[in-house]
Amino acid sequence: MEIVKPLAQYLAALALAPLLPGVINRVKAFFAGRRGQPVLQLYYDLYKLSRKTPVYSRTATWVFRAGPAASLAALLAALLVLPFAGRSAPFSFDGDFVLLIYLLGLARFATVLAALDTGSAFEGMGASREMQFAVFAEPAFFLGLTALARAGGHASLAGMFGALTPGIWRVAAPVLALLTASFFIVLLAENSRVPADDPNTHLELTMIHEVMVLDHSGPDLACILYGAALKLWLFASLIACVVLPRRTGSWATDSALFLLAVLGTAAAVGVVESVMARLRLLKVPYMLITAFAFSALALIFQMSR
Amino acid sequence: MRTDYPSRFDAAAADLDAALFFDTAASRLSAGGRALAYFAVPEDGAHRLLLAIGFDREGAVEVYSTRVAGPSFRALTPSFPELHLFEREIWEQSGLRPEGHPWLKPIRFNTPGAVPGVADYFTVHGSQVHEVAVGPVHAGVIEPGHFRFQCHGEKVFHLEIMLGYQHRGAERALAAGPDARSLRYAETLAGDTSIGHAWAYCAAVEALCGVNVPPRAQVLRGLMLELERLANHTGDLGALAGDVAYLPTASFCGRLRGDFLNMTALVCGNRFGRNMLKPGGVEFDLDYALIKELKLRLEAAFRDVAGAAGLLWETSSVTDRFEGTGVVTRQAAEGLGLVGPAARASGVGLDTRRNYPYGPYEGFTMSVSGSGDVYSRAYVRWLEIQKSAELAAGWLDALPEGPLAAECGPLAPGCGAVSLVEGWRGQICHFALTGPDGRFRSYKVVDPSFHNWQGLAMALRGGEISDFPLCNKSFNLSYCGRDL
Repeated sequence: MEIVKPLAQYLAALALAPLLPGVINRVKAFFAGRRGQPVLQLYYDLYKLSRKTPVYSRTATWVFRAGPAASLAALLAALLVLPFAGRSAPFSFDGDFVLLIYLLGLARFATVLAALDTGSAFEGMGASREMQFAVFAEPAFFLGLTALARAGGHASLAGMFGALTPGIWRVAAPVLALLTASFFIVLLAENSRVPADDPNTHLELTMIHEVMVLDHSGPDLACILYGAALKLWLFASLIACVVLPRRTGSWATDSALFLLAVLGTAAAVGVVESVMARLRLLKVPYMLITAFAFSALALIFQMSR
Repeated sequence: MRTDYPSRFDAAAADLDAALFFDTAASRLSAGGRALAYFAVPEDGAHRLLLAIGFDREGAVEVYSTRVAGPSFRALTPSFPELHLFEREIWEQSGLRPEGHPWLKPIRFNTPGAVPGVADYFTVHGSQVHEVAVGPVHAGVIEPGHFRFQCHGEKVFHLEIMLGYQHRGAERALAAGPDARSLRYAETLAGDTSIGHAWAYCAAVEALCGVNVPPRAQVLRGLMLELERLANHTGDLGALAGDVAYLPTASFCGRLRGDFLNMTALVCGNRFGRNMLKPGGVEFDLDYALIKELKLRLEAAFRDVAGAAGLLWETSSVTDRFEGTGVVTRQAAEGLGLVGPAARASGVGLDTRRNYPYGPYEGFTMSVSGSGDVYSRAYVRWLEIQKSAELAAGWLDALPEGPLAAECGPLAPGCGAVSLVEGWRGQICHFALTGPDGRFRSYKVVDPSFHNWQGLAMALRGGEISDFPLCNKSFNLSYCGRDL
């Protein structure tokens, strides 16, 4: 039984992740006074893309072909150490949050290499921007998880999120609030959402993440879209675990609450995208430095608590 | 030769000796003149150069011409950069070489053997410098154009814009007139400026016929032109919001643009105002019920636009994005001869409706904003939306009585006429010449985009490459209007 539940949770995460972009789109459509695309649109898209034949440029090498699969594999592995609703993950060990960050880095590395392999000026620009912003986003995320590890007294993700209880909000509210803010900013930047990036634009010169995947098609593009959904799920579930720590002992209630919090995070992303404009590209690092400052403050508060 | 704008003039009276022509042109251009049109027409085995200069302060137009016998002529571009595209066009169309032109290359690639986009480009060398080529096929459903950036990281050293993919031979088709098709060609010179170009065409024909347009027709033309301006400016504000990913204004303005287009369709049956104008007057009238309906719709649409545009100025993330982006200084705007909202956003006091009042625009006051950035170009549009709504509402309240059109007779032979109209994108200039048979000898069209593309290139200089789409949208220039 101890192996079945984490596995079921893992599969549930894989199955539910493509729901999040749908929720974001519906929230945005609501603000714009439109009906919007179906919530399940990404599922349809993935199905459609998976049946298509990919098109490869003559100048691209195996690096380009391997990029999407490698990136998706890294994200699938990252999800293995991710706790679901604050309960144990399929794999859990001390310091696994470092592995999580490195796996995210690996996924990014594969995408960037594939982008550079096309030799396109656009994709090179996108790769450069992606790496530049990652330099700011990763420390914020790393420091935030460190603060969380200190708060819960555990060095594994499952441990630190398992130690989070509603009670901890009473004693360490500033730390958790700062971490929530920091993680949310990192989520926006890492998942190429407004105000860091604009997922809906068709203007290559302004894109960051989207421009790197312009040349991918068919199943490769499906891998990338699915990987993006998994990444969004990963960050949203981290935030959900912080904001809504487990309360009841019941497996079903906890899971339902957790899902609600994840969907709520997606809705919050949709609200942010609906009410503000995108930042000037050169100002995105400022936003990420703010996230870093939040994480650093959280760590300091936690150390002095 | 000074002509009474907007009436016709005797083409022969504008003739000057070649040396005198270039000296006069240089002195008039430095005495506050601005080139409206500069082109060559074939004449008995040689070519005749024609130059129309507008004096914005006085509201006067002067026309000079000279016969060029040799294979080349003196380039004025080194002193007057506003002429650089005109001289390149003369070279491409007639083969006359402007001696001393600093950057002579095709602009439309319509000569035998020329391939659009294949030419020498300005390049910057250096180990960290890279080149980004965009287009001619773009990601959105827009017209084709090639943009070449010389970049250092995100910073743009230089942008060169190469167009010509949309060349249709519109001027040649118009010069074969006037006939039943001429007006239709004029309406489609730039699809979003149907009324503006149709009016410029009608005004040129009316000047050549010596016909006065009845007051009711003039006001109806003004109403349609302002509706066109309202629709396009509203659409532009929405598109600007869309480019910075600001959802509310982008969504609202997309709908509101349609509301204005539908009002145009109520009057003449076409959302872009096709078939509304004809030489001598207009085709469609307004009755009491229609006036009432238009007033209601105008009021409602304007109220919504005010709300949607207000969000732009109130949202700090939007203003932060707009301010200081893509600055065109007043000096650059004047030097390049920019027109329309783009020029007024740089503080240039040029609006054809004020400087060269025509039709119903006596006593028009202009909207200017000074900073020359994207914010300024957006804000000028909002000021003009308010002005246009006010004008349109006033005209609907007090529509003059009288006939809809005057009868146009034959065109006066051997004459010329320059017509200027403030389209929503800026000053439209049509320059018609008639031959001895009373038909067109040549027909020159200068769309505001012809002047303003160079302004976009200037706006990017020293800016960030990621700001290009936003700057481009803030100018929103026509490709086919420039390529004709």
